[in-house]
Amino acid sequence: MKKKEIINMDELDPQFKYEIASQPGGEHILKCVQCATCSSGCPVASVSDRFNPRKIIRMAVLGLKDTVLREDFVWYCAACYTCSERCPQDVRIPDLMAAVRNIAVKEGCIHPAYKEQGRLIGELGRLYEVTEFENEKREKLGLPKVREKNEEIAEIYSCTGVGKVVL
Amino acid sequence: MKYALFLGCTVPVRTMAYEISTRNVMKKLGISLADLEDFGCCGFPLESIDHTTYLSVAARNLAVAEAANLPVMTMCSACNGSLLKANLAMQDKNTRDEINANLKPINRQYKGTTVVKHAARVLYETMDTIKEMAHPLNLKVAAHYGCHYTKPSEIYADFEDPEVPYSLEELISAVGATPIPYENKKQCCGGSVMGIDESVSLEMVREKLSHIKKAGADAMVLVCPFCDVMYDINQKRIENQAGEQFGIPVLFLPQLIGLALGLTPDELGLKMNRVSVRNLLKTLGDGNEQK
Repeated sequence: MKKKEIINMDELDPQFKYEIASQPGGEHILKCVQCATCSSGCPVASVSDRFNPRKIIRMAVLGLKDTVLREDFVWYCAACYTCSERCPQDVRIPDLMAAVRNIAVKEGCIHPAYKEQGRLIGELGRLYEVTEFENEKREKLGLPKVREKNEEIAEIYSCTGVGKVVL
Repeated sequence: MKYALFLGCTVPVRTMAYEISTRNVMKKLGISLADLEDFGCCGFPLESIDHTTYLSVAARNLAVAEAANLPVMTMCSACNGSLLKANLAMQDKNTRDEINANLKPINRQYKGTTVVKHAARVLYETMDTIKEMAHPLNLKVAAHYGCHYTKPSEIYADFEDPEVPYSLEELISAVGATPIPYENKKQCCGGSVMGIDESVSLEMVREKLSHIKKAGADAMVLVCPFCDVMYDINQKRIENQAGEQFGIPVLFLPQLIGLALGLTPDELGLKMNRVSVRNLLKTLGDGNEQK
């Protein structure tokens, strides 16, 4: 049997929960009473043990900052809002997971799949590239052409500084 | 009524059948659509990267529609959720000022007046007309609501019930088809986990397809391009992986309604559906001949 992991109290960051609470979406983290309503109805948790929202919140409140930010489990949330509708404490878990992801991004731990999506949106203004090929196909079907690039998103990126992370 | 059609990223490239059928069904129902070329990404994926960037990118679209003085009709449920969530946040003056500062360099401002509705909601609100015009379809249809069409409920205050959704089933009945219940109806398609762990998403899809098959549906109907990518485009692959045959045709809601309104398969882009709808059309054709 695998040896149980023992948490070393000296490695905990007691400020982590306040950092999350000050991030948009993370405000309600301290209301969690660990009832596990979220985990029991979670469609991702039902097929994978990589994701357990109750456990992630517990780890965050304890201050296991490094583990929460460096492991990839917070990125498993599908943002389906099933738990959010049922949480008796209004913790708003998908928004909380987004808040933790925002902190992970600032700490240099962005998930490569999201980094790529962020890059495409910044460079093209959209998630999927539209080339002449797609527009010709659209024209044949009687659909209007779609603009290939939208530069305004890149300008927003330079205002918010997110360009430095994903571009 | 006139709406600005918000295509988002996935629809115009990966699910053109959804776009064709939506445009033609809306036309048939007398609802006009405008295309605003300044629309871009809705901001949904950016919420996980940087909250302020997400709000700014979403609000940019709301500002584009506000300047054109048009309500927005979305087709993708993630776009719908993303724009509505940003719209709610932008009702707060401090947030609005902060985000508008990011929109200033691109000469845009958002006052907070844009109305956003999902195409399926527009169809639901037009249900009386649909009922009058429909030739009944003799089909058993499984409704897939997906997530962001009904949740989070705070952005849909006056529409739908997140735990007991009803609009799609009522629309299925409105066109004379039979909505059939199946296990775990509200299960998510897993689309947003696809880039993180494919095996998890595909297992979520397999579960749903197997529940729908067990219920004996002729087709499933849905309202989001990403759900369609999961159930239609990936269906063959999941069959191969799981060694389980499903063969469940996946229709976009406007394709189902369009069939009842007498639109042709071409006008509904039915040839582009990955899982063949040939047998489905044959069933419908035979039904009509018997009458």
